Amino acid sequence: MNPANYIYLSAVLFSLGAFGVLVRRNAIVVFMCVELMLNASNLAFVSFARIHGNLDGQVIAFFVMVVAAAEVVVGLAIIMTIFRTRRSASVDEANLLKY
Amino acid sequence: MNALADAVPKFDIPTIEYAALAPILIVLGAAVVSVLVEALLPQRYRRSTQLVIVFAALVGAFVAVVAARGTQQIVAMGSVAIDGPTLFMQGSILVLAAIAALVMAERKVDPAGDSFAPRASALPGSEDEQVFTRLGWLQTEVWPLFLFCVGGMLLFPASTDLLTMFVALEVLSLPLYVMVGLARRRRLLSQEASLKYFVLGAFSSAFFLYGTALLYGYAGTVSLSGIADALTNSAGDTGLVLAGVGLLAVGLLFKIGAAPFHQWTPDVYQGAPTSITGFMAACTKVAAFGALFRVLYVALGGIRWDWRPMMYVIAALTMIVGTLFALTQTDIKRMLAYSSIAQAGFMLVGVVALSSQGLQGTLVYLVAYGIATVGAFAIVTLVRDSTGEATHLSQWAGLGKRSPVVAAAFALFLLAFAGIPLTSGFTGKFAVFTAGIQGGATPIVVIGVVASAVAAFFYVRVIVLMFFNEPQAEGGPSVVIPSAFTTLAITVAVALTVVIGVLPQLVFTLVSQAGTFVR
Repeated sequence: MNPANYIYLSAVLFSLGAFGVLVRRNAIVVFMCVELMLNASNLAFVSFARIHGNLDGQVIAFFVMVVAAAEVVVGLAIIMTIFRTRRSASVDEANLLKY
Repeated sequence: MNALADAVPKFDIPTIEYAALAPILIVLGAAVVSVLVEALLPQRYRRSTQLVIVFAALVGAFVAVVAARGTQQIVAMGSVAIDGPTLFMQGSILVLAAIAALVMAERKVDPAGDSFAPRASALPGSEDEQVFTRLGWLQTEVWPLFLFCVGGMLLFPASTDLLTMFVALEVLSLPLYVMVGLARRRRLLSQEASLKYFVLGAFSSAFFLYGTALLYGYAGTVSLSGIADALTNSAGDTGLVLAGVGLLAVGLLFKIGAAPFHQWTPDVYQGAPTSITGFMAACTKVAAFGALFRVLYVALGGIRWDWRPMMYVIAALTMIVGTLFALTQTDIKRMLAYSSIAQAGFMLVGVVALSSQGLQGTLVYLVAYGIATVGAFAIVTLVRDSTGEATHLSQWAGLGKRSPVVAAAFALFLLAFAGIPLTSGFTGKFAVFTAGIQGGATPIVVIGVVASAVAAFFYVRVIVLMFFNEPQAEGGPSVVIPSAFTTLAITVAVALTVVIGVLPQLVFTLVSQAGTFVR
């Protein structure tokens, strides 16, 4: 199969993730959409590595996984804190700071 | 056995130039020690130990930066460049971080302790929180976070491949997300700022990463010089490059706070603990501009005619949006946040100048802006009423009559932001605008000059408010007398602002010796 198709798939996944961040309200779902974007990047890295025939992209994918894991730790901690304070994880209700 | 050994490809042991990397290694090493201190030392020794570690690390790293001056080489197997501009930016990040750390270490201003929540896990307003406050517990976990953040900032402008840059971006961002949410007072605002910063920051770094992936797809490598070579040979698909550059720019411009990616700035600057706001406003900007310069000048110099129009529009938009929104603000922290957006726009003039003068002008501007920013936010921490910091502009009326020294220092920082001669801001503005005209970006410079004239209005408005208006009646805010920490921070910031304004040749000599990026 042509590896370029995986690039198109990753572009679709990335766009879906970006769209989800913009329209979803629950902070957890927004966060999952960000993770989808990171994983779409990983798919692109691995497919490009296959196309170019070098290993750089595959190694980068490991780095991205580690960074994404660290981001999960920080992100869930922040969402947990705000959920305990407000009893809601909606990003629309976090509206004290504006204009 | 031998056949097997031959079949395995040879593994070259990587060489690491420890001396050139010393500033980064010292700060990150100190951060690890600082985590151990949190885990192992009893509560009452932690604060003093942490302060010793933090300041020793910052001073040690600064000495290492000075010792490495004149280095022009690529180290750590082609991942990190230690060259003049990098060392200059690392030095300024360390100085600004040290001033900001002095403000963070302040314990006398807030009667309950320092400016951080005693335990971030305790619910705001809960019984636990009251108990922690009554016991006088202090948050010391902010110091390891601070050191990791500074370490990421030192690496960010030095990275010569996009992967190192991405990791540095996350190392500097993740601790910041947490630090933003640690305020002792107005904790809901602080947590909300933290959530917004995190969600938008993660969103923008995902863009950065996908941009990296597309550039990797184009060039087959993520090293900046490799991408530059691929562009020179114009191999591969141009569509990939343009999409990749666009996505990459989103990630970098977000950290800079350039319009239209500036929306988080006012909310986060207002909600964060003020000492952290000063730190992130000054140091993140230096680091992110360093990375932006390196990507645009080293990797993408070959297609400068493609990205230059985009940067033109962004620079103009950033100046206009920052200035116009700052005019209407009633909260001092929000006003300073919009002002920092406008200042980012002025610095982008140096980027579109596309010359080493542009780079040097922006470096001067970054230092001038950073020092005035840390100083200004340090003063915001001092003006308080019974509920905490008094940030509404009306509460600042008549401050000059009651506390002339503090008001005069704040006025000096505002004049520096406005770019009045004999302050550091004039030096910076002069440098970037001159470079802009020489680089053929005259229309942008005209917009910049008009925007600075409009911006002068809202800076001067605060000065008028402080010195020529009557103070509020009884119960208004007052200026708290700080301990030696904040006093030292403000004194250093005032001194540097005046020195760079009166003797600009000092800093100009430094940046012209810094030269250009190594490839």
